[in-house]
Amino acid sequence: MSEAGASMAADPRDAALAEENGRGRHPAAFGAGTPPEPRPGDPEVTPELVAAHGLSEDEYRLILDLVGRVPTYTELGLFSALWSEHCGYKNSKPLLRTLPTEAPWVLQGPGENAGVIDIGDGIAAAFKIESHNHPSAIEPYEGAATGVGGILRDVFTMGARPVALLDALRFGPLESARVRYLFEGVVRGIGDYGNCVGVPNIGGEVHFDETYEGNPLVNAMAIGLMKAEHLIRGEAAGPGNPIIAVGARTGRDGIHGATFASEELSEEAERSRPQVQVGDPFTEKLLLEASLELIRSGHIVGIQDMGAAGLASSSTEMAARSGTGVDIDVSRVPVREPGMTPYEILLSESQERMLVVALAGRQDEVRAILERWELEAVVIGRVTDDGLYRVREGERVVAELPGEALVHGCPTYTREGVESEEVRRARSWTPADPSSRALSRERAEAALLRLLGHPTIASKAWVYRQFDSTVRTNTALEPGGDAGVIRVRGTRRALAATTDCNGGYCWLRPRTGAMIAVAEAARNLACVGARPRAVTNNLNFGNPTRPEIYFQMSEAVAGMAEACRAFETPVVSGNVSLYNESPRGAIHPTPVIGMVGVLEDVSHLVRSAFQAPGDRLVLLGVSRDELGGSLHVRLEGEGLVGEPPAVDLAGERALQEALLALAREGLVRSAHDCSEGGLAVCLAESAVADREAPLGVDVELPAGVPDDAALFGETQGRAVVSCHAPACARVLEVAEAYGVPAAEIGSVGAAGRFVLGAADGRALVDLRIGEVADAWHEAIPRIMAGG
Amino acid sequence: MRVAIITFPGSNCDYDCYKALRDVLGVDAGFVWHRETSLGDADAVILPGGFSYGDHLRAGAIARFSPVMDAVAEFAGSGGLVLGICNGFQILCEAGLLPGALVLNDTRRFRGETVRVRVENATSPFTHAYERGQVLRLPIAHGEGGYLADEATLDELETQGRVAFRYVDAAGRATPEANPNGSARGIAGVLGAGGNVLGLMPHPERAVEELLGSTDGVGLFRSLVLSLAAAA
Repeated sequence: MSEAGASMAADPRDAALAEENGRGRHPAAFGAGTPPEPRPGDPEVTPELVAAHGLSEDEYRLILDLVGRVPTYTELGLFSALWSEHCGYKNSKPLLRTLPTEAPWVLQGPGENAGVIDIGDGIAAAFKIESHNHPSAIEPYEGAATGVGGILRDVFTMGARPVALLDALRFGPLESARVRYLFEGVVRGIGDYGNCVGVPNIGGEVHFDETYEGNPLVNAMAIGLMKAEHLIRGEAAGPGNPIIAVGARTGRDGIHGATFASEELSEEAERSRPQVQVGDPFTEKLLLEASLELIRSGHIVGIQDMGAAGLASSSTEMAARSGTGVDIDVSRVPVREPGMTPYEILLSESQERMLVVALAGRQDEVRAILERWELEAVVIGRVTDDGLYRVREGERVVAELPGEALVHGCPTYTREGVESEEVRRARSWTPADPSSRALSRERAEAALLRLLGHPTIASKAWVYRQFDSTVRTNTALEPGGDAGVIRVRGTRRALAATTDCNGGYCWLRPRTGAMIAVAEAARNLACVGARPRAVTNNLNFGNPTRPEIYFQMSEAVAGMAEACRAFETPVVSGNVSLYNESPRGAIHPTPVIGMVGVLEDVSHLVRSAFQAPGDRLVLLGVSRDELGGSLHVRLEGEGLVGEPPAVDLAGERALQEALLALAREGLVRSAHDCSEGGLAVCLAESAVADREAPLGVDVELPAGVPDDAALFGETQGRAVVSCHAPACARVLEVAEAYGVPAAEIGSVGAAGRFVLGAADGRALVDLRIGEVADAWHEAIPRIMAGG
Repeated sequence: MRVAIITFPGSNCDYDCYKALRDVLGVDAGFVWHRETSLGDADAVILPGGFSYGDHLRAGAIARFSPVMDAVAEFAGSGGLVLGICNGFQILCEAGLLPGALVLNDTRRFRGETVRVRVENATSPFTHAYERGQVLRLPIAHGEGGYLADEATLDELETQGRVAFRYVDAAGRATPEANPNGSARGIAGVLGAGGNVLGLMPHPERAVEELLGSTDGVGLFRSLVLSLAAAA
């Protein structure tokens, strides 16, 4: 490798290239040079070939207009990748523009490798979430592993050291052997990659639902920290500056992955397995250290991951951000196998590769750093000032396109959305008459144990125990709580993060569902004592050309925008994953919210587990008769039906402020939000969180709500806190000061029993705490061991 | 007093050891790149956790050939204190500085959680700040942590007091359930024949602050520091 590194400075072609490009050989507008000729051996560009590249007739006509001639095969490949849904956001861009993206603490909004916020004390946090759904459906281990690799690169190319990972995962029911295989492989893939690189995994969520059976979702989120002055962007500034390919060699893997990700999964998708890339976390670790050293060195002007659409997208995007052009010779790109065509080299998605733009004349310094980390680095081209995206293969020009049009010229579509009849019908369900909904103790207990044993609610320790959560020795709150928390060294602060989304609510009413996703994320952060600061989103939907799917998208984005405005949590980065469909149909709309918050003082941290018998329990918020969309109703066999819970954004904001005040004043010993499974599940989770020492509960449920809704209804805007008995009055006072309804509902019990009584004195649940703990802790291990 | 922390390509707990020594114990520590052939003026050496060379082939199998390992072997041979944690333990076994080997966990999965270990030898330079029989809560994070050796070696380790730590349950009993990886006789850490080399799978450097959930790892570093001070 050092040989290739040495060639950086020594190769006389370098100087020639610099001279050629530095002053811009094509000073005039596009087309002044010699147009590229078709390359011998490349297929002829025919309408069939254009269609096979996923471009519509209209899009191709636009390309002909832009280029002024028939594109070469290489050029067609470039347009296909950069104008794919994955890179071009053609169906989502108009919607995404409606999201709030600004706040005084936002240092970098959407459009970069990752969003960046100021968290105080001169420290900045970079973060982003990204999907690897399609690759994971085909090859779960490598699909998930490379998803983690990609998102880590997006963060450290901003200059930030990755300090935490989270994952939002969705699978079909675990009864299916195929689903267990996917679940097992995805978890192992995430673990092996993140563990090896040495980034702690601090949280996330996993849901299991039929809708994801043929199309699992694997959304990985990474967070990095840096001194604000080290922020760097993916720019190719300064004509004459060398463009350097760094890291792994380029192979034939993953060619057209971006296009693959923009299609529905079919029965033939299995045959696409070769399109799934293979990850190497060891090279990633070297790239991480080398990149951070390069950025701190001041020898480079820009750096970017070669992610989706590989060299093609990274080089064009970097140039577009700077308004420059690039001139690349693909014959100089280090390859894994001989005979690779320009088309293949440009579109390969081989992993662990970066593109670096160095300052002219600093090649030796750059080489020395990369060599120390045993990484290959080769100058493959130069930045130019003509705005052209020019690719050569040795002497031959194989592509010459207007760079701006490649990156930003992709047409966008605003479609007509129509709500599906099926959803309207499902939503028309209403619960039975309240008078008939009293539950016997036997039924209430069975329903509670069934919910606790449902994999969506049950403990996810089986998952996160395969992850290293404590490396880097900053993890203040490990996975399993409301949010993961890491302290920020050198300050009193800590960073909290969570991911949330209930796809069922989003299917029933996408606008409400997306608001709830934002509200729940913010509530989770507030529960641990962190002020919600900003959002990264992963919009997972079906085929946008279908009106009912476009309806889901536009409504969900509208709801998300409204909630993010209400909470002052701008969206600073994100990812759109469309065409999540299997032969069985589209997934439930799943706009995952990744949210980051800040604790001013890590000592304010609040956990979700109850601490000691005798502590008082206070319910913040009110319980209403809301069962629509609840997991309880689904497990009763009614299906996904009814009106999802209502959202009161002002009420949620007040609840967040109250929780933050309680944490700041050190008044509460635990806090946990009410979500899936309702109040009963919320109490059970806090009671049994410590497997070795579960605590009992003695609670009287709120009056005026039928038993099933009081126990398992999923009314939003609620959380349960525990406190020392003498502090209870003050807790109620603080809640009142923020306008949050609050009531003492009982206490943490010593008797080792989980007791929930109705307001009229009837015992609804009276279980041994060991039975409750067993149901929640052992559900997933039992299924995975039995399978 | 200065502790050298070896950084191999793929080490990822080097910085954690550094912070534990510097910030918690106030001891001077510095990194030594694996290509170095000298340890300089180091008074003790730590081989940190991580995935040296990506654990390609076998955990620690490639790192043992790093240039610095000759210096480490020489340092250990002359009685210097050498501590290997997790991947460092694996490297020490591969390099023959400790007996036995570490194989894939019997659960066949990576395990990242907090376990309990019992101090079996409280007289070594790494453990004398603990009480014999004391139970420590320490994090583990490994896929290949099952300690194996032939019966004769295991017997020898036991009779010579070279089993430093053993996995136990909350009551301090070494049960199969408390053994997270199928290690022979529940062994979590072993001492070399000279008593100056220790390898263990749990991460004491991750248990040095209340914020991290346990401070039980401090005793190991304190023992090390006191041993160096006594020798100086």
